[in-house]
Amino acid sequence: MSLGVRTRDTVAAVAVRVALGVAMALLGALLVLPLLALVLRVPLATLAGQLGKRVVVQALVLSLEASLIATLVVVALGLPAAYLLATRQFPGKKVVEVVLDLPMVLPPTVGGLALLLAFGRAGLAGGALQLLGLSIPFTTLAVIVAQAFMAAPFFIGPVRAGIALVDPRVQEVARTLGATESYGFWRVVLPLSLPSIVAGTAMAGARALGEFGATITFAGNLPGVTQTMPLAVYVELQRDLDTAITLSVLLLLLSFGLLLALRAGHPERRR
Amino acid sequence: MTLEARLTRRRSTGFTLDVELAAPAGSTLVLAGESGSGKSTVLRLLAGLERPDAGRIALGGAVWFGATDWLGPGQRDVGWVPQDYALFPHLTVRENVEFGLRARRCTPGEVRRRVGAALERFGLADLAGRHPVELSGGQQQRVALARALVVEPALLLLDEPLAALDLQTRQTVRGELRSLVAGFPGVTVFVTHSPIEAMLFGDRIAVLEQGRVSQSGGREELLTRPRSAYVAQFMGLNLIQGRVLERRPDGVTRVETVDGNVTVAGTEGRGGPELFVAVSPRDITLYRSAPDASAQNLYRGRVLEMVPEPPFGERVRVVLDTHPRLVAEVTRSAVQHLGLGEGQEVYASFKATGAVAYG
Repeated sequence: MSLGVRTRDTVAAVAVRVALGVAMALLGALLVLPLLALVLRVPLATLAGQLGKRVVVQALVLSLEASLIATLVVVALGLPAAYLLATRQFPGKKVVEVVLDLPMVLPPTVGGLALLLAFGRAGLAGGALQLLGLSIPFTTLAVIVAQAFMAAPFFIGPVRAGIALVDPRVQEVARTLGATESYGFWRVVLPLSLPSIVAGTAMAGARALGEFGATITFAGNLPGVTQTMPLAVYVELQRDLDTAITLSVLLLLLSFGLLLALRAGHPERRR
Repeated sequence: MTLEARLTRRRSTGFTLDVELAAPAGSTLVLAGESGSGKSTVLRLLAGLERPDAGRIALGGAVWFGATDWLGPGQRDVGWVPQDYALFPHLTVRENVEFGLRARRCTPGEVRRRVGAALERFGLADLAGRHPVELSGGQQQRVALARALVVEPALLLLDEPLAALDLQTRQTVRGELRSLVAGFPGVTVFVTHSPIEAMLFGDRIAVLEQGRVSQSGGREELLTRPRSAYVAQFMGLNLIQGRVLERRPDGVTRVETVDGNVTVAGTEGRGGPELFVAVSPRDITLYRSAPDASAQNLYRGRVLEMVPEPPFGERVRVVLDTHPRLVAEVTRSAVQHLGLGEGQEVYASFKATGAVAYG
């Protein structure tokens, strides 16, 4: 009797292990195998030549510049937004939150189209921008706008959650000690939510770096002006596979480094 | 510099706080009560972290809250030490203590001088570079006090300052805290749910029940003349409420309660028909069989529960189901001598002179 129970337990335990193993193996095949395939196909013999190619260098420089600026814009505009969402209640807050989250789930081409209809020459704000002598579409500025648009939710979400986690009593103590709201923000809230800010910045940076659909829709595909690395990969796929692979692996390494630095860069905060 | 406060605060949960408090400079007002009675809310209102729905807060000549006045927490002269201290976890001990002075834009020289003195005074000089997580509970408490007092507030608000400490450190820290509070020139409001702390710290004690002050007074008054079941229980007394049945010329008075009659040697107070009778558990004697002695107040009942009193071993509180309900406190040797156990039938009696009756 007891043997029977034990056998059944053992069978169940083995079944769980097998199921977990199969799931892990399938997930590995799905996520890791493609990356491995990419890395294994790096054209080592011609790598130096590939890296020196004009299209590669241009795309790399443009991608780094644009995504860096886009990330800075996201941080500058997203931090106050995240702070407001975490600390204030106002009517329609839920709607605002959903709107801010939308670019995360929207197909990027739709995002690009929306940007075009807003800031394009015939767009909603197009006339006003033209009066200022500004024409955004198909410029590097458009790349930055598209990247910031798509990356913002990846910053605002975690930072908002991080700020909401700061013990309200600690902020209240600061107020009783004479701290104004801004003094309390810089001296208490910001340092205590720094891990989430670092995480959000890295996520937004990685998202901006990989942006494709909104960029090609809103900014076009002009080498040296709007052709970022993901766009160059797409173009080179039809011309020179080795160049496409080189660009892809560069992107992979940049994103990997960014996310790894994020994990290693901030050891668990003192509590 | 007297603190005078009248506070009304209605919560959406249906809880209403309605209290009136007063305390002169150099004194400590203890707010005692169970959790949920509104003690912490009173501190938050005094600190300016919440706004009363009505009332007035004044300290000395300064009105902090009134019909037309409102000062935020930063403009009040207040030091708030919340439960568990809420130290700034990312700042060192020195930076924690500096915070208030730097927020008030004191000169670097003044910050250094005052913080140095505070660290010295609170025995924190050697810990100045540490972070809160590296400190013991007692040390954290000293940092919280230093942080609150370095700005020299006129009102010090302590919310259960000893509750976060383990039993052993609590006694030591309690002593330190007493001398500190005694030396504080302003008004201290001290929140606790511990009767011992209420007795040790309170020049005056206000007992809060469900958002209202059910009784306030000096230690002696609360200890001997409780006016609600909760206050009596808080102070560890038996409290019987009743009406005068007969008042003899010699003062001996028979009191009728819903639960049996009580005879007391005399009464004090307004002389009305309603009376409280307080009996110390130590003045109650227990017998296994009916005593011959002519005790005026003799009740029969069963032992419901026997609770050793800390420090354990010496005395035992014996909870009885007599009418009226009584709790007796006897020595352990008496327990053994009487062979007391839960469920045991006993007689309990107290002398008419052993009870205090007041209207």
